[in-house]
Amino acid sequence: MPPGTDRGRHPAAAQTFRRAAEKVSAIVRDVASLDEALAYTVRLCDTKEACELLATGCAEPLSPGAAALCERKQTKIMAAPGLPPELWTRFEELCRPRGITLADGPLRDHLAGIDIGVTIADYGIAETGTLVIDSSSEALRLATMISEIHVAILPLSRLRETAHDLEPELTARMQTPANYLAFITGASRTADIERVLAIGVHGPLELHILLLEDR
Amino acid sequence: MQTAKTLKDYRREVDQALANDFLRQAMDNFAVAYRASRANAFAGLDVDRLVADVAGAKDQALAGLDALYARFKAKAEALGIRVHLAATADEANRIIAAIARENRVATVIKSKSMTAEETLLNHHLEAEGLTVTETDLGEWIIQLRHEGPSHMVMPAIHLSRFQVAELFSQVTGQKQDAEIQRLVKVARRELRRKFAEADMGISGANFAIAETGTIGLVTNEGNARLVTTLPRVHVALVGLDKLVPDLHTALQILRVLPRNATGQAITSYVTWISGPAEYGGPGGTAKQMHIVFLDNGRRALARDPIFAQVLRCVRCGACANVCPVYRMVGGHQYGHIYIGAIGLIVTYFFHGREKARHLVQNCINCGACKAVCAAGIDLPRLIKEVHARIQDEEGHPIESVMLSLVLKNRRLFHTLLRSAQIAQKPVTDQTQYLRHLPHIFSRQHNFRALPAIAEKAFRDQWEQIAPVVPKPRMKVALFASCVQDFVYPEQLLAGVRLLAAHGVAVAFPMGQSCCGLPVAMMGEKQAAHSVACQNVAALAPERYDYVVTLCASCASHLKHAYPRMLGSRAQTFADKVQPLSVLLNDILGLDSRLFPVQAGAAAVTYHAPCHLCRGLGVHAAPQALVRAAGYRFAPAAEEETCCGFGGTYSAKFPEISAQILAKKLADAGRTGADLLVTECPGCVMQLRGGAKRQGLGLQVAHLAEVLVKKMKAKR
Repeated sequence: MPPGTDRGRHPAAAQTFRRAAEKVSAIVRDVASLDEALAYTVRLCDTKEACELLATGCAEPLSPGAAALCERKQTKIMAAPGLPPELWTRFEELCRPRGITLADGPLRDHLAGIDIGVTIADYGIAETGTLVIDSSSEALRLATMISEIHVAILPLSRLRETAHDLEPELTARMQTPANYLAFITGASRTADIERVLAIGVHGPLELHILLLEDR
Repeated sequence: MQTAKTLKDYRREVDQALANDFLRQAMDNFAVAYRASRANAFAGLDVDRLVADVAGAKDQALAGLDALYARFKAKAEALGIRVHLAATADEANRIIAAIARENRVATVIKSKSMTAEETLLNHHLEAEGLTVTETDLGEWIIQLRHEGPSHMVMPAIHLSRFQVAELFSQVTGQKQDAEIQRLVKVARRELRRKFAEADMGISGANFAIAETGTIGLVTNEGNARLVTTLPRVHVALVGLDKLVPDLHTALQILRVLPRNATGQAITSYVTWISGPAEYGGPGGTAKQMHIVFLDNGRRALARDPIFAQVLRCVRCGACANVCPVYRMVGGHQYGHIYIGAIGLIVTYFFHGREKARHLVQNCINCGACKAVCAAGIDLPRLIKEVHARIQDEEGHPIESVMLSLVLKNRRLFHTLLRSAQIAQKPVTDQTQYLRHLPHIFSRQHNFRALPAIAEKAFRDQWEQIAPVVPKPRMKVALFASCVQDFVYPEQLLAGVRLLAAHGVAVAFPMGQSCCGLPVAMMGEKQAAHSVACQNVAALAPERYDYVVTLCASCASHLKHAYPRMLGSRAQTFADKVQPLSVLLNDILGLDSRLFPVQAGAAAVTYHAPCHLCRGLGVHAAPQALVRAAGYRFAPAAEEETCCGFGGTYSAKFPEISAQILAKKLADAGRTGADLLVTECPGCVMQLRGGAKRQGLGLQVAHLAEVLVKKMKAKR
């Protein structure tokens, strides 16, 4: 199937989601399987330019303290804390030959930044192109915060029209202590200087959403 | 932050802001861009319905605020959150400082919180020896500059990239280029280090959901996620007004908040935290989470029959975005800590009369904020209410007391106006304009020429000119604005001719007086009430089909303020009030036989009076009439933006008024029209005086005059 076409039972919702997400400069792709998603992610990491090995901002003149943090990051690192163990192992096997490290220790050791964080979204909200990710696990939370690129896999069966359609599911999660739930729409952004849009102020500079046909 | 001690000091600071070219340009660009992006964000949605939903849900929450708090506290504590309630700003600061001490905290990172600005939390913590770093880019910038925010959503909107580059050069000890994308990346690296080191994270919250004990944070940068994740202690400082019963209500607000704030369908991040989440940091300790709820007058405010709606505010900042005064002077002159229309009001309640006294006088009453408010708060009215309350507490200034006394006695008022006509003669030199202003007016009025009082008031001509209409289609009572009655009687004469030509019997009840808006604007509620009673009695609405007026401000005041002041007995009256354009265009229909088609029609542009377009929801009738009468209509940019008159406002803040006017005239000039039309004598006075003073060829006229000019003499 050519890229850009829909394969879901709810083509309208998928279309709406895609349009809304692309409007906030998310990159949206279709994938047929989880393995295709992993292959996409490894390719993406592989093609990151060498100069981007440096954590974002490290090329700028910095104070000594901030510059010291930059020196701690030397190789390409990905993290995928939300993947089921078997899938994580397959992913790791894809990474290794390319010299990419798949972090399995605490992500707090990588606050200088990781190249790509991979997550599987719990839900999608079509109206706003939003990912809903239960981020109660600290590793999962950090993977979506300190990565330069966030790749999220969204199973199309989890797509809803509006946030209101998710009220029962979300309310249930909120009552399971301790819960940390994230709505993520596009990359981290600011317009605090002269109202000029700048992407990637604290969080990811890019958000890739892989729509997974799972129905 | 506005801290001027006297009105004179405040005016001086306003003047300085007006002279800041960068600020003016930034504000202008923003005002225009915001309108477009907001409209875009709400495309296809029923905005009024969404706003009404927010208002309804918030009102309900506020009515049961104490119960909601109790429910939230029980839920949150069950999740392992420690919940505190601070009666005052100082108490909130002390609670947070104590939490820091107990946990041996040295460094604190913060995400954006207006509530923390309200309590001046940073000052308190720094005095306790803590190092506090703001991590929202804009907040960090103003913290480094030791300033307060100039906008609730974009706190550093008053600064240029050059100022930021200079600041960052100092911070990093390295030369930084004034390139925004690179400056943002510098902030990213510098702040990442602070995140890594901090012991405690302080956030605000946009929602506190009672059903689940959850707080919700609406952000774009993602710093709030790091603030609530990396340090071992998280404290959220939350105003009690952020309590909502359930997720549904929070999501309702979320549909409006980002769209109204920045024109985004949703922000990049919305974070819902229910309990101290998993923590893997050093020390092997569990995460500690505290929520400090701030009262600081909110519980009392929630019970106030007039002001409770203030707490509906969702802090989107839109009231500043559309305010013509904010646009001219910027946030530091338009609020103490909270900015914009809502800031003018809550400053009184959260920061006291001292800080609010001058600010509340700087509202031009154009209604733009009310029209855009995410929660449907009647902001202009509440600003006036605060003004009135302050005057009741401190005593009324002599000018407004005098005016009140005069207005309450209609005969005295009208006699004074008639004698002013004679007294001004040496001043006007018999021309149409007051050439040299009497000394009671300040020379700052010189930005526009002021008209002279007419030789013979409309009410003194009425007996001679009252038309006889056989077999009338309807009977209307004419309500004359004082300005038209005594300065521009020709506008009323034109209106009467138009109505008579359309088969309408016009009556002019002589017992009518000023509508009372000027005294209401000055905070003189008693006088406003008194003249309202006189007018309703004089106009005897049961005898007429409509009460027509040629002044948009009078119309809006009669229609909305009278029933509010006088209750249901004024409702029949208010229902019958119509501006001339609506009566002619929507009710009667302009008789095309009276307006023969002519070749080479003159180009006419239009200024929409605030009280017509927003006050009465009339957006098309005047323009339709101009076209129907055979003119070529040339729409101006920002047609519905205020002209800067605002009644007594232009006398109190002439410099601001002059700047708003200059912008308006420039927009009209760009249409290439020869004639600028409007439907309010106040706007005519402002625009005509400005065009005259600037020596423009542009003619300014009331709609009625323009229509009459095209009307055939006899049917």
